[in-house]
Amino acid sequence: MIILRLTFCILFLWMSNANCQSKMVSIKGGTYIPLYGRDSLKVTISDFYMDVYPVTNNEFMGFVKKFPKWQKSEVKKLFADAGYLMNWKSNTTLGDNQALNAPVINISWFAANAYCECQGKRLPTIDEWEYAAMANEEMPDARKLKTYNEYILGWYERPKTFNNIVGSTFKNYWGVYDLHGLVWEWTSDFNSVMVSGESRKDVDNDSNLFCGSAAIGATDLMNYAAFMRYATRGSLKAKYTMKNLGFRCVKDKNNEAF
Amino acid sequence: MKAQKNSLIFLGILAICSISLQSCIDNTTKKEYASAADIPVSREMKAELTAPPNVPRGVGDRKAKKLIVNMEIIEKEGTMTDGTTYNYWTFGGSVPGSFIRTRVGDEVEFTLSNHPDNKLPHNIDLHAVTGPGGGATSSFVAPGHEKKFNFKTLNEGLYVYHCATAPVGMHIANGMYGLILVEPKGGLPRVDKEYYIMQGDFYTKGENGDPGLQPFDMQKAVDEDADYVVFNGSVGALTGDNAITADVGETVRLYVGNGGPNLVSSFHVIGEIFDKVMVEGGNSINENVQTTLIPAGGAAIVEFRVDVPGTFILVDHSIFRAFNKGALGMLKVKGEENKTIYSGVVQEGIYHPEGGGIQEMPDDGKAVAKKTSANKSLAEKMESGKQIYAKTCFACHQANGEGIPNAFPPLAESDYLNADVNRTIDIVLNGKTGEITVNGQKYNSVMTKQAISNEEVADVLTYVYNSWGNNKTNVSEAQVEQVKSGH
Repeated sequence: MIILRLTFCILFLWMSNANCQSKMVSIKGGTYIPLYGRDSLKVTISDFYMDVYPVTNNEFMGFVKKFPKWQKSEVKKLFADAGYLMNWKSNTTLGDNQALNAPVINISWFAANAYCECQGKRLPTIDEWEYAAMANEEMPDARKLKTYNEYILGWYERPKTFNNIVGSTFKNYWGVYDLHGLVWEWTSDFNSVMVSGESRKDVDNDSNLFCGSAAIGATDLMNYAAFMRYATRGSLKAKYTMKNLGFRCVKDKNNEAF
Repeated sequence: MKAQKNSLIFLGILAICSISLQSCIDNTTKKEYASAADIPVSREMKAELTAPPNVPRGVGDRKAKKLIVNMEIIEKEGTMTDGTTYNYWTFGGSVPGSFIRTRVGDEVEFTLSNHPDNKLPHNIDLHAVTGPGGGATSSFVAPGHEKKFNFKTLNEGLYVYHCATAPVGMHIANGMYGLILVEPKGGLPRVDKEYYIMQGDFYTKGENGDPGLQPFDMQKAVDEDADYVVFNGSVGALTGDNAITADVGETVRLYVGNGGPNLVSSFHVIGEIFDKVMVEGGNSINENVQTTLIPAGGAAIVEFRVDVPGTFILVDHSIFRAFNKGALGMLKVKGEENKTIYSGVVQEGIYHPEGGGIQEMPDDGKAVAKKTSANKSLAEKMESGKQIYAKTCFACHQANGEGIPNAFPPLAESDYLNADVNRTIDIVLNGKTGEITVNGQKYNSVMTKQAISNEEVADVLTYVYNSWGNNKTNVSEAQVEQVKSGH
């Protein structure tokens, strides 16, 4: 059944790529030590599929046309703050400076979550996202490389990258684009690692934030690049929207095994 | 603990005494409060915020109020020095951030907004706040959002505020700091001029002066290897047209902070003595201070009366920072000379250790000098000129004649220098004040007249003209003599 759907999907891709699910690649699971803040040191990730690109304005436009309750004038205030799709001219028109294939931004967690569900997908967990994002062009875990960390830190400083189109950064080891350098991305459990915002307090409390040796062995650069992602996630609430925050979806691999 | 309690009781008694004392003198008297926490507030008022080097109006005798402070965080590209830019993260759009002025007992309602275009969450830790994180825990705010919290100013003094979001060092290194002043009841004593100055160290991927947009360099920051140490966020923020000013006879008060992230400042004003320093921004007043230490994350209030006109250079007296990394500002004072306080050069002479003091250069000595000079080869003049340059000119014009942007003009490949040799000789002999244009850049600075002999002038200028791409003029002592007598 699913194979049949996939075939249709591929067929559709030939005809029009708008109506079909966006391209995904397979990420081979494994065990790794996240930099920062989980209950146990090592985390095991199962194989999964990840969207190659963040969800675009165009894709999200298709979604709100199909599900008007997620249009900007219709959305429940409980599910999105006032910044939701802020730069769109109307429910189904982009702003003047927005490109169809730029990442959709000013999206709440609720909206992102609903989008993925409707595609038969889901948002990645922090661990999955971080696992896939450890890769640079050549290797699955480039976290110790100076160039890798400098690239990320450099992006943090560069203003307004949210206007760039998807695919404008590098293709990583897994074949995934734009994990670093375009926009922040929602994760399903974005707020499960508590960063209080008072980062100095986080250093010595007992809430497993540092997870002992996981951070100690890392270089400073490595710490900093990841700290800022966690700090950003920690500043969010599920209804929040941000100009620099988009999302992409993932899918479990065993769902599609047969 | 007990001592503290005792002193509290003592303070309480003191307060009661002063109330009763006052009530004897004046029956309509205002109340005194044993603790700043008990001071009630009347009405609401929006705080005036200012960008450096300006400060808001003093609190004067206003009552404690509910003070509304709205601070916006803006990440933006700005100029570090000519040709070099940097992505600053700012409180209120400036580095240091907006100056906040309060009085003791104020109830501050603080709203921190993070501009939607910003990429990162931020917060604020105000050292004037009594409470966890100095406000940081309550103000952590995502881009496109705002957070509000309240605090009461309990302790008077000058305090630093800064961002405390991970990585704290990077947020501070990018410019996220400023000052908040808590004045005592009745305000600080009135002075004629007040300014806001804050030092900070910056770490860039390129070296000092490398052109283009320079990203932050985390490794250098960790190593405390600063490329720029500056006042008010950039090289030249307080020099030339941006210099702070005063008139002779005025009392100047500087609110000086140090944002760090790493370096401690040895704050000094060349040619002035601080009449008063409120040490570390607290209540302790030290008098007659030459250089005051300002810790990273600390501040001081310095006051002095300016008695003579001229340009006074503000420096971090860890002096390479001043002349090579940018920690240099200017206070320009206008008004009447006072020869009793400062005479300028009265007499030039040569010094005979065995001869008892300063004497006029004897005629025969001059003749000898002339002879040797006339016979000197270019190589000999270069050799001697180089030594004189190192002793006399190097500090301002720098090792390779590159000068310091906005402060001291370059001598290397200098159009101004090459255009007129006699003018150059005149400047060395008599000094130069006022605006000149060198290689397209305006400089408005002061060069004092140099107390060196004609021969030395000839040698050092020959060295300068035959170095760094200049026009290879060989300046003779006779030429120097000619310019001198022409005056």
